[in-house]
Amino acid sequence: MTAYLKMDEPDHRRRLDETVQGIIGTAMDRPDGAAKVTGTAIYAHEDQPKGMAHGVFARAPVAKGTLTRIDGEKLRALPGVLAVLSGPKFLRNPAQGGANEAPVQGSETIAYLGQPIALVVAETFEQARHAAHMLEMEITSEDGLINPEDAGYETPEDQQDSQGDLEQAMRDAARSVDVTYTTPSHNSGAMEPHASIAAWDGDRLTLRGSYQMPNYNQYELADSLGVEPENVRILAPFVGGGFGSKLGIAPEAVAAALAAREVGRPVGVALTRQQVFEATMRRSESRQRVRLCVDSEGRLTGIGHEAYVSNLPDEEFSEPVTQATPFLYAGAHRVIGHHIARVHRTCAGSVRAPGESIGVTVLENAMDELAHDLKIDPIELRLKNIPDKNPTSGLPFSSHTLAQALKTGRDRFGWDQRNPEPRSRREGEWLLGMGMASAVRVNILSEARARVTLSPGGTALVETDMTDIGTGTYAILTQICGEMLGLAGDKVIVSLGDTDHPHGPGSGGSWGAASSGTAVFLACQKIRAEVAKKLDADEADLTFKDGTIIYGNRQAPLSDLIDQEIAVEGHVEPGKTSDEVTQATYGAHFAEVAVNAVTGETRVRRMLGVFAAGRILNAKTARSQCLGGMTFGIGMALTEEIAHDPRDGHIVNHDFAEYHLPVNADVPQLDVVLLEERDDYANPLQAKGIGELGICGAAAAITNAIFNATGVRVRDYPATLDKVLAGLPQKA
Amino acid sequence: MQTQLKINGTEHDLDHDPRVSLLDALRNHLNLTGTKKGCDHGQCGACTVLLNGRRINSCLTLACMHDGDEITTIEGIGTPEELSPLQTAFIEHDGFQCGYCTPGQICSATAMLEEARQGWPSHVTVDVTTSPELTDTEIAERMSGNLCRCSAYPNIVDAIRQAAGKSA
Repeated sequence: MTAYLKMDEPDHRRRLDETVQGIIGTAMDRPDGAAKVTGTAIYAHEDQPKGMAHGVFARAPVAKGTLTRIDGEKLRALPGVLAVLSGPKFLRNPAQGGANEAPVQGSETIAYLGQPIALVVAETFEQARHAAHMLEMEITSEDGLINPEDAGYETPEDQQDSQGDLEQAMRDAARSVDVTYTTPSHNSGAMEPHASIAAWDGDRLTLRGSYQMPNYNQYELADSLGVEPENVRILAPFVGGGFGSKLGIAPEAVAAALAAREVGRPVGVALTRQQVFEATMRRSESRQRVRLCVDSEGRLTGIGHEAYVSNLPDEEFSEPVTQATPFLYAGAHRVIGHHIARVHRTCAGSVRAPGESIGVTVLENAMDELAHDLKIDPIELRLKNIPDKNPTSGLPFSSHTLAQALKTGRDRFGWDQRNPEPRSRREGEWLLGMGMASAVRVNILSEARARVTLSPGGTALVETDMTDIGTGTYAILTQICGEMLGLAGDKVIVSLGDTDHPHGPGSGGSWGAASSGTAVFLACQKIRAEVAKKLDADEADLTFKDGTIIYGNRQAPLSDLIDQEIAVEGHVEPGKTSDEVTQATYGAHFAEVAVNAVTGETRVRRMLGVFAAGRILNAKTARSQCLGGMTFGIGMALTEEIAHDPRDGHIVNHDFAEYHLPVNADVPQLDVVLLEERDDYANPLQAKGIGELGICGAAAAITNAIFNATGVRVRDYPATLDKVLAGLPQKA
Repeated sequence: MQTQLKINGTEHDLDHDPRVSLLDALRNHLNLTGTKKGCDHGQCGACTVLLNGRRINSCLTLACMHDGDEITTIEGIGTPEELSPLQTAFIEHDGFQCGYCTPGQICSATAMLEEARQGWPSHVTVDVTTSPELTDTEIAERMSGNLCRCSAYPNIVDAIRQAAGKSA
């Protein structure tokens, strides 16, 4: 049985406000919690099958060239070595999110330093690692363009947009800013490195991998190998973080599968941390020019946002820096520009909130500069410029919570304690300041399927290949199912990350919870209707609670009404509500920093995020997602920066000693407020994505606070000590 | 070569390549995959185990150096049926998201609480001559060798504060 919905109409019924089980939205503990805290949750390079051999990559030492020969034979003489593989099926670049087909392949052509070009397979990890280091390769090296500014930029026509006359608006403006910021390449830094274990049973491949979107990865892997997708099964029940880096199939999955077929036994390949940095995905660096102009009342008359990013020559992905600029603020005159340089650096792809994470951040810095020039409160400037409909497309907003977020945050954070004059608060050698920024992220519904099976005994099973990458999928699908079918949380089992299950939407783009949740909702709604048939009633007139059905003045256990399992596959597709309204999530960031007047060191003292994302499905996991996003913002603001060697693009700081993620001591007790909201256009749950909203603009709140503390405007992220110190007076 | 490891109270006779790290011995040879590999360079703390009661990064030491040593991994701290107070507190406070750094965090916190009980100072301790109070700042500092990219740090501090109170 199936239940299908194309989301063409808003759903004003708000079913989950009527159901009475009372678990939806609660701060329920994660059902997968006990497995995670005891180390019994199974990640990619675990549950190693008997006889598993180990594969280790040898990689390109040059940025561009041709691999003409590898000497695999010599390695075969080393102890334990079973095979040395290379060739046209090897991935050159990892697949982009949602590719659904093979990415660029072939180890002969070398496109970036660190590209995996051969896999050495041996009995043990130590033997394979040693042999991989010994591999002799012949490479014809060529000069390749490494630095975007040297390479020059393409200007794809379909990614430019303008309306009105921004140049004229800038000339006519009462006040304007024209500023350029740069952001460096970033790494996702998921704690679990990419890893795969491949095992063939005849023609059928099972791959245990660390992947966010098995629904696409199955087809990417099959296409890469040249086998039928039906013969590929991917297992990813637990994924040790993704943040975009595990959206598409990566080199180790294809190499493990090829190797396992070659040696006739299971093969495991785990990337080293350095390989994760160099051979998976980076977020592109960006140069962003932002122009803002206002009339004498502080109303924006024009916005220009031009972005310069980079990627490898063959890649379609291009960091969508300006994604939210067309609709965040009012202003009749607009220029959106997008430019991309083709360089031989590690592939650029999605890292948490591609686009808004760096684009909203820089726009919000420019807004702060404008507010300072205008001598107007930065919150006031934003409140004055919230549009009542999408100013670019003219479409209405499905709901809009920016003003509420700004005002809620202003009161809660104690914004009235902020002195707008920079460098006006000091405690000993610490300069104190406050900053804020708006948060915005587009909201997306993605096609999703899930099967729900209700048993007469009062338990339910939810199955989909959707993943839980820390996002809380196990929890929220339990809650949606339990709420709809009247079951306590411990009566619902959720099985994820197995492509033998119906295809979910995958974890990416903040669409996972709402999309897969809707599929579960639809299945449950149909199951309720099936139960209602037995009573000749409408399902909406029945109350499901604690394994019983309440109808009129009667209450009966489920087992009185059904004597066999009811299984329904829910299936949702996006429809007109994705096109006829503008859907987004909004929020506001607030930060208080202390900047050391002697060293230039910045410490974040307090941070508040106020967010609205429709119905919150689990108050605990939603908050945790926001903590994560805000902390990414701390890293972006203060420490995170990939350093490319300008000679060959080599990621010099390719590990956690040199690429500085925030540590526990860098993060204060963050405050998160989730606003009550229902978005009927989003889906029947009225829920929107929240996994990425927390990072969008977060870094700007911190750097704006640094300006308030010091008067120093760092326009070259991250705001490290040297850059802050350069702007401070010599006598602290 | 032969090494006898006593892990979670059980003796294991390991016949192994001398290059095998303690971490790889656990994961690849003994199927104790609760201990995680995040960087293999002592930079992330995901592989934290207790060596004779003290926390170490198991990726930075060779298995052959631990003949006769007592090693406690996450599997020896608690089970889903019988959670340690720290494990319970981590669940209640959502002290993790993806869960990959979590065994390391919990092993690290287990030893850290003992260090604090013994009066060890940290970088943020103001008066190193007295037993430091386990403030949030102290907890955060002492746990900063364990990275969490999901950034559950505030929740980890909440969980440890709760567990420290319970066991005090």
